[in-house]
Amino acid sequence: MGVEIKVDGLTKSFGKQLIWGDVTLSIPAGQVSVMLGPSGTGKSVFLKSLIGLIKPDRGSILIEGTDIASCSERDLYEIRKLFGVLFQDGAMFGSMNLYDNVAFPLREHTKKSESEVRSIVMEKMDLVGLVGAEDKLPGEISGGMRKRAGLARALVLDPEILLIDEPDSGLDPVRTSFINQLFIDLNAQIDATFLIVTHDINSTRTVPDNIGLLYHKHLAMFGPREMLLSSEEPVVRQFLNAQTVGPIGMSEEKDADELAAEKDLDMPPLPPIPLQLEPSSGIPRRHQREPGAWCRENGVTPPPGSFESANAGLAPGA
Amino acid sequence: MSSLTASKALAPIGIAGKLFAFALDVARALFRRPFQLREFIQQAWFIASVTIVPTALVAIPFGAVIALQVGGLIKQFGAQSFTGSASVLAVIQQAAPIGTALLIAGAGGSAIAADLGARKIREELDAMMVLGIDPIQRLVVPRVLACMLVAFFLNGMVSVVGVAGGYVFNVILQDGTPGAYIASFTALAQLPDLWIGLIKALVFGLIAAVVAAYKGMNANGGPKGVGDAVNESVVITFLLLFVANFVLSMVYLQIIPPKGG
Repeated sequence: MGVEIKVDGLTKSFGKQLIWGDVTLSIPAGQVSVMLGPSGTGKSVFLKSLIGLIKPDRGSILIEGTDIASCSERDLYEIRKLFGVLFQDGAMFGSMNLYDNVAFPLREHTKKSESEVRSIVMEKMDLVGLVGAEDKLPGEISGGMRKRAGLARALVLDPEILLIDEPDSGLDPVRTSFINQLFIDLNAQIDATFLIVTHDINSTRTVPDNIGLLYHKHLAMFGPREMLLSSEEPVVRQFLNAQTVGPIGMSEEKDADELAAEKDLDMPPLPPIPLQLEPSSGIPRRHQREPGAWCRENGVTPPPGSFESANAGLAPGA
Repeated sequence: MSSLTASKALAPIGIAGKLFAFALDVARALFRRPFQLREFIQQAWFIASVTIVPTALVAIPFGAVIALQVGGLIKQFGAQSFTGSASVLAVIQQAAPIGTALLIAGAGGSAIAADLGARKIREELDAMMVLGIDPIQRLVVPRVLACMLVAFFLNGMVSVVGVAGGYVFNVILQDGTPGAYIASFTALAQLPDLWIGLIKALVFGLIAAVVAAYKGMNANGGPKGVGDAVNESVVITFLLLFVANFVLSMVYLQIIPPKGG
């Protein structure tokens, strides 16, 4: 289970404005990856081009031998059946209640009887903790519930790839933790490839197997979680530790004056790398690695105090 | 700079091309199974329910005005016995399809544009595509067919109500002879006049629905974008309908010889 996504030389611009250029990465099958980036760096555009909602200008996106960027409309609709997508606001169909929303893909794509549909829908509703709210309309529930309902709908066709757009936007910290735990548990259960787009640092530090950072119109880095969390690369370091010192400024990039003014300021030391979130069942996921494994293999000394707690471990004052 | 002005000047052609391409997509999706019967019936019912009453209310004065105008004019020629025929021709060939079109575009089309526009900005359409369902096939085709069906029947209703209204006004206000009014129906009017009226209604329904769906599905920029989409769809539809009416009338008058001529 789980499918690899190979992205090669992907470039997209709107009119004359380049969104990102030459993005090359491969999102490993069955693992949880997070795509990070400052606001307005085209993270959502990246996600939408992965499912063919936006055509990139150049480059390819290979999924099971099909190039999403150039395949026909018919193939695109076929390949999309592998995907589950959770949109920012859940994107529930406003005219249907939650039950019909979640049942919608099943009714459209399968010939299952109504009782089979019911059992699958109720199972997914149970998974996201929405049993009892089936008859509500999307307009009648909170943003967090809509998000969970969107997740239930994304899961209903047993996707191989799950794309998640900003799961934490509009959720309180507790619900964010719950939904993060849910992602990990789901990954343990269905082994799908997860790609989460977010700019929540807490989640990024503790949830994924891999992290990617989009910055200044290109992919700054993509690799295992420990690689990025122990990276000395200024952009990665600044972003993953939520600091003001570094190349990223308020509007986009800092200008030369601002950088010169900061020249003598040292970046604060790297905070310890937290433990990764584990499935609540206690049974490790298939792609889960032992804490510190990557650091040992690559001869990197993790910051002191690493792998001791699941506390996201941000530097004080961040 | 020159390329900038050129691209600006050519922008309307690009939009027209996109609209046409969208219409072709709809035509292609028309034949893709499964046909969305449920959505089609719901939409037909919905469009009918928002258009029937206003259309009937518009049809009565429409027929009356034509009857009064034509009746007054024809009296001066001393050809009162042809009043019925002339007003039937005017109502069935022109007034009925245009009246239908205005209400289909104003009431039905604006509802379609608003509905699809709201779905677009809430990412519902994206979600649908991601679930492997083509919104053109699932949502637009049933709406286009429903709009055409309702336009077809509304046209029939406007014809009947318009002619009846004309009859009442001619007989009561202009002292026309009831028998002469009805008897002269077939003097100038012929069956193809009815066909062209119905064909016009179908074409107008098609144009109204395609433009509304196109504008709705390309709404952007939040709730204001939906409002703009509705507004533009109604204006563009009106313009296109009058052009289409002109072309269809010209072609018809060229290929079908007038009766008694």
